[in-house]
Amino acid sequence: MAAMARRRALLTGWGRTSPTAATVWRPRTAEEAASLLRAAAREPAAARRGAIARGLGRSYGDAAQCAGGAVLDCADLAPGYRLDPGRALVTASAGTSLAELMAHLLPRGFFLPVVPGTRHVTVGGAIGADIHGKNHHADSSFGAHVRALRILTPDGAHREASPGTDPELFWATVGGMGLTGVVTEATFSVVPVETSAMRVDIDRVPDLDAALALMSAHDADYPYSVCWVDLLARGPALGRGVLTRARHARAGELAPAARRDPLAYAPRAVAAAPPHVPPRLLDTWSVRAFNAAYYARAPRRGRGRIQQLSSFFHPLDAVRGWNRLYGPRGLVQYQFALPFGAEEELRRVVAALAAARAPSFLTVLKRLGPGTPAPLSFPIPGWTLALDLPAELPGLAALLHRLDERVLAAGGRIYLAKDSRARAAAVHAMYPRLEEWRALRSRVDPDGVLVSDLARRLEL
Amino acid sequence: MRNAVGAVDSVLVLGGRSEIGAAVAERLVRDGARRVALAARGAADSAGIAEVAARLRAAGASEVHPLEFDAARPETHAAVVEAAAELVGDLDAVVDAFGVLGDQAAFEADPAAAAAAATATYTGHVSAGLAVARRLREQGHGTLVVLSSVAGVRVRRANFVYGSAKAGLDGFAQGLGDALHGSGARVLLVRPGYVRTRMSAHVSAAPFPATPGQVADAVAEGLRTGAETVWVPRRLRLVFAGMRALPRPLWRRLPR
Ligand SMILES: Cc1cc2nc3c(=O)[nH]c(=O)nc-3n(C[C@H](O)[C@H](O)[C@H](O)COP(=O)(O)OP(=O)(O)OC[C@H]3O[C@@H](n4cnc5c(N)ncnc54)[C@H](O)[C@@H]3O)c2cc1C
Ligand SMILES: NC(=O)c1ccc[n+]([C@@H]2O[C@H](COP(=O)([O-])OP(=O)(O)OC[C@H]3O[C@@H](n4cnc5c(N)ncnc54)[C@H](OP(=O)(O)O)[C@@H]3O)[C@@H](O)[C@H]2O)c1
Repeated sequence: MAAMARRRALLTGWGRTSPTAATVWRPRTAEEAASLLRAAAREPAAARRGAIARGLGRSYGDAAQCAGGAVLDCADLAPGYRLDPGRALVTASAGTSLAELMAHLLPRGFFLPVVPGTRHVTVGGAIGADIHGKNHHADSSFGAHVRALRILTPDGAHREASPGTDPELFWATVGGMGLTGVVTEATFSVVPVETSAMRVDIDRVPDLDAALALMSAHDADYPYSVCWVDLLARGPALGRGVLTRARHARAGELAPAARRDPLAYAPRAVAAAPPHVPPRLLDTWSVRAFNAAYYARAPRRGRGRIQQLSSFFHPLDAVRGWNRLYGPRGLVQYQFALPFGAEEELRRVVAALAAARAPSFLTVLKRLGPGTPAPLSFPIPGWTLALDLPAELPGLAALLHRLDERVLAAGGRIYLAKDSRARAAAVHAMYPRLEEWRALRSRVDPDGVLVSDLARRLEL
Repeated sequence: MRNAVGAVDSVLVLGGRSEIGAAVAERLVRDGARRVALAARGAADSAGIAEVAARLRAAGASEVHPLEFDAARPETHAAVVEAAAELVGDLDAVVDAFGVLGDQAAFEADPAAAAAAATATYTGHVSAGLAVARRLREQGHGTLVVLSSVAGVRVRRANFVYGSAKAGLDGFAQGLGDALHGSGARVLLVRPGYVRTRMSAHVSAAPFPATPGQVADAVAEGLRTGAETVWVPRRLRLVFAGMRALPRPLWRRLPR
């Protein structure tokens, strides 16, 4: 067999900030991946640079980077998946992308239990970050739907973990940001659907309180719910937005022409961001104009609209490489969660962002439901707000540190998969079960072979 | 690690008693750095180093380590860099802040002293810079901040021993930056004009003077933006574009 492909490369996350160099390997089998981990473990402690798994690099910061070490790109790792339609279970290799799985599952009448705002993430990445989707309030995060994992630990052992067998390793790996092992395969449940379309209700919400009230009162009626927020609106319009709630459409609800092939699914990227973008394209003015137009265009109250699944879940995927629109300095995503009861603090944070004229046009508010038992999983019952900001924004570091302090004081936390700039101490305080997770990690990785730039930066 | 907004976790200052070096370190600590190594001659029992260390702790550093370093002993430089990495972990930012301005007239009277100063201002940076570069390349990230000077941009009669050494250092840093391109490691070249410190106290201020704090701000900004070169103050870049074009007979007659 030919040698494993490898190259020395500069890597970043989706935000395109903080590039670091690593040797990127593409193991084709679990055995090849095991040999890479063993090689990383053999390095003398003083010179050890470690290893980390990487999916499609859609985490925004440095989670899937390992400066000076080995990055295991999982794309070629024993590719394959199978659907057991009777039990509604899928077993997939960790490098499989959700895009590929959706294209396979939908025509067969199934959908993934959780999808993030882009379909270009891998099963391994979905588990490493314990991702959540628009249905978190109803269905929790990806980890809640996983039945079994095959995990390669730094000693080269292939382990099986599930909520029943070795629950500690299982839950430390869910949300564990790749630091407990390389997931090679996962089995998870999928949900039956009649169509590949969504039945969507849209409401323009004039301010934050209206959004919170509507979501609190009626989220239970919808499996999917999310609110886009105009973060540049101030005064009485503070936190105004567009609330979108949906469920999978039933075959009878489709237009007659679409009923012939209700499960047809052919998503495409319709545009690509240009390779060179002028600096400060997305500044306060352009974003204000976009937000105002987006808000004005939304119907005050729309009911029962039938929408293609890809345009409901993954509108951003229609523009390939949209992260380049932020220019060469890249973007910072800030996502935090606050528990129920901290609505007043949420309002203050939104007001602080509006006062700072934070030019974010991808601001999303979501109600979170029950979390998983995973110690490092991000979602807690409450609210989460996610926003994108240009990394070059003056005063960004200080602004976000102030927000971190508020979030921490109110019992909240930030999302590691999005982070590229938090301070270690703040994150330690936000994740009170970090010690418990570390204890488990030291069981499977006593020598600290698995390490990422994120883990170094945040001293995980 | 350097984060998305330019803050670092660890700093090594070569020339740990340097006023500018200390100001840069303090600024990086205020921006989030926790671990610092201060490398200087006789660092272990130096009151000056202790003073800088106390300042850095007050600014929020959790660890400040003194480290023995002599620019005139190039054979030790690789070991100094390794020792620093053992103390503070990955070197996120290395501030190369040592050098000797000296007195031009005295140098002309004592050529050996001039050569020794040139070692501290130029050749010592070659060995230290290459040792740092090797470490940064291995770790796949990190920034070497090199304190050059406008004195090296166009060398003047008034301080040509220092100026020529700075010219060498400036060229070395540019070449090293190019050599590191694509490695994850970078060089940030800093070209201050006149900065009032103990080094420059004996010469009168040149136009557009700056403070060590302003140099520190420029370095922090350069780390944030990923710049290759920063001038302090910024307008010196334009000034020196003009200076470079001055005819030699005129340049020769410039005061100081
Ligand atoms: C436009 C956009 C929208 C997004 N929307 C959402 C959202 O709505 N909800 C949400 O939760 N997230 C969202 N994300 C974040 C994204 O879902 C997560 O960062 C996800 O982890 C990315 O998967 P990836 O395959 O790209 O993994 P990478 O980014 O490559 O890696 C992410 C982490 O997973 C680990 N990992 C990857 N593969 C493995 C493996 N085989 N074994 C063990 N660990 C592994 C890595 O080490 C790393 O720590 C969004 C991202 C983008 C760009
Ligand atoms: N001040 C200015 O106007 C100005 C302008 C442009 C550029 N710069 C540059 O900025 C850097 C810092 O200067 P500064 O103003 O902060 O001056 P400084 O306080 O005098 O610092 C220079 C440092 O270099 C150290 N040094 C000299 N010879 C050494 C040797 N052989 N080995 C180890 N260390 C040695 C000195 O150490 P000791 O404490 O042991 O003497 C001193 O701490 C220098 O490179 C300087 O050339 C300064």
